[in-house]
Amino acid sequence: MSLEFRPSGRVVVTGIGLVTALGTGVEKTWSGICAGENPVGPVESFDVSEYSTRIAAEVKDFDAADWMDKKDAKRVDRFIAFAHTGASMALADSGLVVNDENRCEIGVLMGAGIGGLEMLGDQHRRQIEGGPSRVSPFLVPYMIPDMASGWISIVHGLKGPNICVVTACATGANAIGDAYEIIKRGDAVAMVTGGTEAPINEIGMGGFCAVRAMSNRNDDPKRASRPFDKERDGFVIGEGCGSLVLEDYDYAVARGARIYGEVVGYGLTADAYHITQPDPDADGAIRVMKMALRKAGLSPDSVDYINAHGTSTAYNDRQETMAIKNVFGERAYKIPVSSTKSMLGHSLGATGAVEAIFCLLAIRDGIVPPTINYEFPDPDCDLDYVPNVARKQKVEVALTNSFGFGGHNACLIFKKL
Amino acid sequence: MGIVQGMSDAEILAKVIKVTVEELSVKEEEVTEAASFTEDLGADSLDVVELVMAFEEEFGIDIPDDDVTQLKSVGDAVNYIKNKQG
Repeated sequence: MSLEFRPSGRVVVTGIGLVTALGTGVEKTWSGICAGENPVGPVESFDVSEYSTRIAAEVKDFDAADWMDKKDAKRVDRFIAFAHTGASMALADSGLVVNDENRCEIGVLMGAGIGGLEMLGDQHRRQIEGGPSRVSPFLVPYMIPDMASGWISIVHGLKGPNICVVTACATGANAIGDAYEIIKRGDAVAMVTGGTEAPINEIGMGGFCAVRAMSNRNDDPKRASRPFDKERDGFVIGEGCGSLVLEDYDYAVARGARIYGEVVGYGLTADAYHITQPDPDADGAIRVMKMALRKAGLSPDSVDYINAHGTSTAYNDRQETMAIKNVFGERAYKIPVSSTKSMLGHSLGATGAVEAIFCLLAIRDGIVPPTINYEFPDPDCDLDYVPNVARKQKVEVALTNSFGFGGHNACLIFKKL
Repeated sequence: MGIVQGMSDAEILAKVIKVTVEELSVKEEEVTEAASFTEDLGADSLDVVELVMAFEEEFGIDIPDDDVTQLKSVGDAVNYIKNKQG
């Protein structure tokens, strides 16, 4: 490293950025979350009349041209536009000034669960209709999931480690966890990380309808995402980006950075069970929380809040509840466990990062977000899900789970500094 | 084919300018006949491929890869398309 710097072995969060269905910006989203707002509605961006699920939590308050060059805004896939915006926000929020002294020590790890599906769908249609010579030269660069990381590095001149994580719905959490490890082992002093996703398009919705994992409550979209509720019938698809600036603790302190919290634990395991269904014994989910606690050097008693994966599918919510009870024992009943997917739906590769940011804001403000649409208790889901209304409560340690198709499990623990 | 036939030089130029403005997101007044796509209008190699595809669609013509190097400026494009009328 050109900087004469020894890694402290501790990693803190100094910047955050959000693009969600509740708004473009951290405070817009967070105030909506704390108020239990519900942005779910009929899909408006394309004709969904033939789809079995016709509802989503779409990002509407967003124009890429407000954030990037007009030509780029028109061309890039939406997942890149979200990533560009989230990362720009997080970097500005961190106050980290990128210059020739530090740019080779600052990296990017922006995960994307799928990549440029809309780009792929549109260009495939062009090829079918006009032959291969009609395919845009931008198909490949704007479809590949790693382009979010590449793009951010180009825009901000960040020349440190640059990679991408693709672990479906665990992507955002794995990205943050891996970025944390990169800083911890001394390969970078700071990382721009998070997750981004834009799956609400023709082929994306077609694919997820076929998996039969989404809610079909088309006539009552506001009540469709209902994690842990007995009447839940699947997830509501969402989109957006959560981005964080992670920094070596000493580096952040030396520049007088404002610190949201410390990343203290990261677990990652596999179910090795089924391509889309979670293990009925929740073995991977149990081990991932235990691993994060062990690496954090924390006992289960120290956790004040759990932001659950809580997708609103029959399997996930039951198995995740089972896993939490296994890991935390009697204390499981005393920890507030909420799913912010009840409001934002499930933004797949972005969700783990968005929810990590909610953990940090819960720590900052002493507010635990609610699980809205909680009406009918399910005997299999008997924890304190912070039903319907946010709660004022001091949070020192917050844990968040993310589980993805493929059987990927990720868990992050944040601690107040 | 044939869309180009019967089109006046002024019509071809107007369409080339319109396509260039759209594809490269540049201001209309920048798109002079002398303007080079790469040097003056900021196009990189991928932009050029996209631009040529847009010309093909707009004028209903085929521009082989080997000919693309001839289309350096706005005026080159107009002349090339005009010659395709033959």
